[in-house]
Amino acid sequence: MKRFSNTYIFIFSTVMVMLVATLLSFVAEQLKPFQEKNVEIEKKLDILRSVGIARDLDEVKDKDTFVEEAYEVNITKSFTIDASGALKEDVDAFRVNLKAELARAPEERSLPVFIFVEEDGTEIYILPLQGKGLWGPIWGYISLQEDMSTIYGAIFAHAKETPGLGAEINTEWYQSQYLGKKIFDDAGKFTSIRVVKGGADPADPHAVDAISGGTITSVALQEMMEECLGNYETFFKNKSN
Amino acid sequence: MKEREPLFSTKNLNLLRDPLNDSNPITVQVLGICSALAVTVKLKPSVVLAISVVAVMAVSNVVISLLRKSIPPRIRIIVQLTVIATMVILVDEILQAFAYDVSKQLSVFVGLIITNCIIMGRLEAFALANKPWPAFLDGVGNAAGYGLILIIVAFFRELLGSGTIWDYPLFEKLGIFTTGYVNNGLMILPPMALITVGIIIWIQRARNRKLIEEK
Repeated sequence: MKRFSNTYIFIFSTVMVMLVATLLSFVAEQLKPFQEKNVEIEKKLDILRSVGIARDLDEVKDKDTFVEEAYEVNITKSFTIDASGALKEDVDAFRVNLKAELARAPEERSLPVFIFVEEDGTEIYILPLQGKGLWGPIWGYISLQEDMSTIYGAIFAHAKETPGLGAEINTEWYQSQYLGKKIFDDAGKFTSIRVVKGGADPADPHAVDAISGGTITSVALQEMMEECLGNYETFFKNKSN
Repeated sequence: MKEREPLFSTKNLNLLRDPLNDSNPITVQVLGICSALAVTVKLKPSVVLAISVVAVMAVSNVVISLLRKSIPPRIRIIVQLTVIATMVILVDEILQAFAYDVSKQLSVFVGLIITNCIIMGRLEAFALANKPWPAFLDGVGNAAGYGLILIIVAFFRELLGSGTIWDYPLFEKLGIFTTGYVNNGLMILPPMALITVGIIIWIQRARNRKLIEEK
């Protein structure tokens, strides 16, 4: 076998690593706009689905354009507030990274709000959620009616929850449980929505069924709702009064 | 002067053909089983993964074969890994840009192509000692043999587990559910992939006498 000197080995590996690094960073830079576009489309689609639009995209040929247009037409307003409910003028709601915001102190957080206007002019408020599931992040969007308490629509998504168990949170049957539930009780106290193991009383407006076998994901979902919607408590109260 | 070998000589064609049957990476060499279990719930991700593996393997084999005289043997494994990892990252980036939904479904498994033992095995056993063209054929052949099993397994798991083919609701359109038939939830779980692979191995050995071991 041919023998190679140590110097040769060092030069070989240095050149190889530099070539590979250049190639990969070049490709990553070139593809970045496409990748960011995909993430943006997905976010818009999630927001639309939380108010019941674009739930079924099977018939749509060009998904990207459809989502862009539907978002443009339906989500007419968006703004960012802080925990006291005051408007933050300089922050674009769509660009807020909720995960980073949740890591800050509650009073420093930027909280995005998206608004969907129904045909009769009533405004539906869409609020983003972000939390930690069993294996990775979970997130979603909740939309509230004008009373700031009744849930108009909900969608949840996850990165890698267990298929058939925790992963069920992104299914229609699970999400439809939330419709019409209330996050404030009659006395005006913030209750969020509890996820009840063993089945919730259907008459209870503040609880839904947990997923059997998906306890940790269910609890994570409950905590996510409590924390994320809790941030908006002052805003909700100001609005509904 | 030695006569030039034709591009598709029998020897070269066998490089392509053998891995599909006689030396199939999954059913005969039992390599790369882990990803075969994980992504075969649906046809679409399986086909995408199969294509990705073909691309990664063909290119890595050619690159290593071109470099085979200049790679210092002492660091050859690191060089092989670097080449494979580069290819895999390229494939991952491209999927994220142009096939976002599929890339989400495949999630970590694209990255895990790096650890697919078939690829390292072929680089070490074949590409390091052969010219680029046979190395290319060997890469395509082995990756295709892997992909073939992946797609067969995915076909049955999707059909029996979800009643669909390429997300087309076949059983529903045929009206099979009205007869009381129910999808088999077990087919969706990883153990059934193993059992399906087992059945394929059984059928293959029953038909191919060469594979039956002597006692």
